Amino acid sequence: MLDADFFRRWMTATAASVHREADRLTALDSPIGDADHGSNLQRGFTAVTAALEKEETDTPGAVLVLAGRQLISTVGGASGPLYGTLLRRTGKALGDAAEVSEAEFAEALRAGVDAVMQLGGAAPGDKTMIDALVPAVAALGDGFGAAGTAAERGAEATTPLQARKGRASYLGERSIGHQDPGATSSALLIAALGEAGGK
Amino acid sequence: MKMLINVPETVVADALRGMAAAHPELTVDVENRVVVRRDAPMAGKVGLVSGGGSGHEPLHGGFVGPGMLSAACPGEVFTSPVPDQMLRAAAAVNSGAGVLFIVKNYTGDVLNFDMAAELAEDEGIEIAKVLVNDDVAVTDSLYTAGRRGTGATLFVEKIAGAAADEGQPLERVQSVARQVNENSRSFGVALSACTTPAKGSPTFDLPAGELELGIGIHGEPGRERRAMMTSGEIADFAVQAVLDDLPPRNPVLVLVNGMGATPLLELYGFNAEVQRVLTQRGVAVARTLVGNYVTSLDMAGASVTVCQVDEELLRLWDAPVSTPGLRWGM
Repeated sequence: MLDADFFRRWMTATAASVHREADRLTALDSPIGDADHGSNLQRGFTAVTAALEKEETDTPGAVLVLAGRQLISTVGGASGPLYGTLLRRTGKALGDAAEVSEAEFAEALRAGVDAVMQLGGAAPGDKTMIDALVPAVAALGDGFGAAGTAAERGAEATTPLQARKGRASYLGERSIGHQDPGATSSALLIAALGEAGGK
Repeated sequence: MKMLINVPETVVADALRGMAAAHPELTVDVENRVVVRRDAPMAGKVGLVSGGGSGHEPLHGGFVGPGMLSAACPGEVFTSPVPDQMLRAAAAVNSGAGVLFIVKNYTGDVLNFDMAAELAEDEGIEIAKVLVNDDVAVTDSLYTAGRRGTGATLFVEKIAGAAADEGQPLERVQSVARQVNENSRSFGVALSACTTPAKGSPTFDLPAGELELGIGIHGEPGRERRAMMTSGEIADFAVQAVLDDLPPRNPVLVLVNGMGATPLLELYGFNAEVQRVLTQRGVAVARTLVGNYVTSLDMAGASVTVCQVDEELLRLWDAPVSTPGLRWGM
């Protein structure tokens, strides 16, 4: 079973991973975006960890709803509303249970990913964060390790795609040949589940 | 790349502190990142709120003042502001007559303004929105995030601002803003990439002797790279792209806009070429504005925006305006 502590560890591990990989995310965002994905997510997850230290959250749902709200209020751009909605809607789907099973979490994350697709209008293959999140949700039944691998493969598989959503889409065919920064950061988020569960 | 900054993290806050010092006629909330007319809310008048990533100065904060915006929300560099800022701005300028959000068509701006509109309506503030999407370089809107909002934003903010200042109702101010957007088209070129403070080096590599055609205003490359062209050849290409999309029947407003690092000397020379092409194509020019208004940090290059106007839009364009970035008639 996964408790509120697990979800706090997930957010802390994501924050650490985003700090570590910020330069790479920004570098991926340069040729097909506007070179700020790393710094924007860093600002957001710094706010998330600060809020989780300050405010009390005693259920998994409360942790994720608070984290999502922080992202919406601090990140800006498209990433803020999209990542914020992902965590907020996943948290809402978890309700107010003190502990949730891995299967319940997988179901809730699926609801979160659906909400992101609805908000941003992206489908799989559009070269967005969805390309990492959808395979991750599908693999979550086989454990966090499998989900992390699926997300990373999904992110890598965005390289030959032509972007159809977000700022990279303005480039047309010139977006081909670059890995999507949003899919890459989504893979970091999913990989952090493994780190949170490993403790 | 050398920059006149302290550290990248405080670039936006530092600029706002400087703006506050230079413009006592504006209320600049540095902490919450909102720039508001000091005399807001204007009794009985519609409030106009815009915003977007920083790096496009004077857009949007430099267009706050009588005859134009009531408030602006600056985000991080090239990053949409957050809903909290827009909500704060809307509350500050709402007199009860409602608030118009002027939103450039980028995924982030649209999502954040939509969230803010919901929050504002929950607080009893009537919100209307207008989307600016004038950039003809984005050709296949079905498979992209759609046309970007660029130079026409200035026309929308000025003309809708004049309508709001006259006390026109929200519905009317919104329809005027929409009319301006629907009658505007833009095309931009870059002679160099720009450097964001966060990255510290150019966003893309543009070798000497080449230029990018069809750029946006966020340092993203354009649709096509070509060998360097003359000012006249660029004007031919850009004006044709604009007119092919919207052949004007009425006189037009022309904005020859610098991207940030191109001197006025070059911009005026470019304007001469733009006017030549417009004359050749039989387009009557009512008014022309030349300068750095919708910029992309230190990018070199220019954009051309054409807005077809009727007598009413021209009257609103000519109405007095007094903002840090645009000022006439008062």
